[in-house]
Amino acid sequence: MENIRKDSGKEILLAMVKGIQENKAYLGEVDGLIGDGDHGMNMNKGFTLFENRFGTKEFSFAEGLDELGNILFSEIGGSMGPIYGTIFMDMATAGEEYEFIGVKELAHMLESGLHGLQEIVEAEVGDKTLVDTLSPAVMALKDAEEQGTSMKEALERMKIAAENGRDSTKNMVAKFGRSSRLGERSRGVLDAGATSCCILLDSMADAMIQLL
Amino acid sequence: MQRIMNDPDNIVDEMLNGFLKAHSDLVEGTENKRVVKAKEIPNGKVGVITGGGSGHKPAFIGYCGKNLCDAVAVGEICSSPTAAAFLDAAKVADQGKGVACLYGNYSGDNMNVKMAVKMAKKQGITIKTVVANDDVASAPKDQREKRRGVAGEVLMWKVGGAKAAKGGDLDEVIAAAQKAIDHTRSVGIGLTPCTLPAVGHPNFTIEDGTMEVGIGHHGEPGIEVCQLETADKMAKRMVDIVVPDYPFEAGDEVVVLVSGLGATPVMELYVLYDEIEKLLNEKGIKIHRSYVGNYFTSLEMMGATLTIMKLDEELKELIDMPATSMGLTQV
Repeated sequence: MENIRKDSGKEILLAMVKGIQENKAYLGEVDGLIGDGDHGMNMNKGFTLFENRFGTKEFSFAEGLDELGNILFSEIGGSMGPIYGTIFMDMATAGEEYEFIGVKELAHMLESGLHGLQEIVEAEVGDKTLVDTLSPAVMALKDAEEQGTSMKEALERMKIAAENGRDSTKNMVAKFGRSSRLGERSRGVLDAGATSCCILLDSMADAMIQLL
Repeated sequence: MQRIMNDPDNIVDEMLNGFLKAHSDLVEGTENKRVVKAKEIPNGKVGVITGGGSGHKPAFIGYCGKNLCDAVAVGEICSSPTAAAFLDAAKVADQGKGVACLYGNYSGDNMNVKMAVKMAKKQGITIKTVVANDDVASAPKDQREKRRGVAGEVLMWKVGGAKAAKGGDLDEVIAAAQKAIDHTRSVGIGLTPCTLPAVGHPNFTIEDGTMEVGIGHHGEPGIEVCQLETADKMAKRMVDIVVPDYPFEAGDEVVVLVSGLGATPVMELYVLYDEIEKLLNEKGIKIHRSYVGNYFTSLEMMGATLTIMKLDEELKELIDMPATSMGLTQV
């Protein structure tokens, strides 16, 4: 099959939850180097709340993203609540009419999430934020769409772009958030948001590839 | 860690329970348990709200009360309240005249407030904002928009709350609060770090015998780490950073606010104020009103902040208006 059926939201969302849960301690360590060390804890709290409330229900990919975004937005706060809350809810809005999800649909959803995020933060590629992961991932999907690749190929390319994007944050100086106060001292460490974003995109892609 | 607590994950909820019980004459809880409102909100006024992470007592809920903030959104320790909490605070405070959200310049708060503004608009509520950026040490003067908000926020709430209480419309309340913060400068000196209860150890250090000049309310690095000095020298250092930045000049009438950072004895704040008053007097700067105490703290950090606000006729009238809250009561 070339597309993901819209009703397979549960498998994909729960894979993303698992990705965060398994990396809770790792994300805390990455964040602790230049942030306050609570990124893993906060993400785990929000994603686990979603699992507890929706883990036994059936929902579409867009519905699942909307519920997850809403939990992050209304119950997590801090910086990650609005950041991921906006991304997921705007992805959901973009995808609510889709009967299936192919390369074009996923590219549009993810791009809408990125645009939504950039309405609330001015971060660009190079600022050492999750935009460094998300933006190249969106570009990779759009390129794949243009070239007419298979869904599997597009997802594989998106993963590589996301991973390269995450790694690129290591040599950047933070311009946003608490780590930006450190200036040059923030260089040499991965950005925690870029790292969690990569985990989420990888988990999402792997689950989707399984469903193809 | 020598702390009075149960499960650190519940510390904010338990603190809120205690606060609402202790100050039931001033404040009450709302449907959203992370929103506190003033017990009596006069009819027909513009709503005034704020919000921020916990651990800064009396900020932020301590400034919920008469002629101050009508509702306050409460976050986790040193973490922004949710957009939903800011939105619910606005709903509680809105009487159809709009809501002034007066808060500090931190990335989490900025994002959550922006989202709340957007969602409120969809529900027919107008929120306008003033973002406090009084901390001189957090960015150069030509990048004032990057500066953090610190204890100057208290004066911004005082002025904005008074303007709303006097019947100002939303634009007038916003203009007054913006003027208040534009006329205000602050700096902090930290002597010890602070610890998030759930983390259990400080996430930054200040060596014994040293102090960090320009430290932020969450331990954000300051401009200089130096040997611990006498109170008089600290006072001079703070005055020398704050005064030329605005700049405050001979003949100016000002408000001075000296706040402890949490674990410094209040007695020492008066020692600091004694010298600050002398230095400002020597410069011909006239102190119209002063506040000394724990007005805006950072958990158990030792140290203090100095805040100075230049007054004009409007600001003077608003600062002098009586107010009643846990953090600031003035007759």
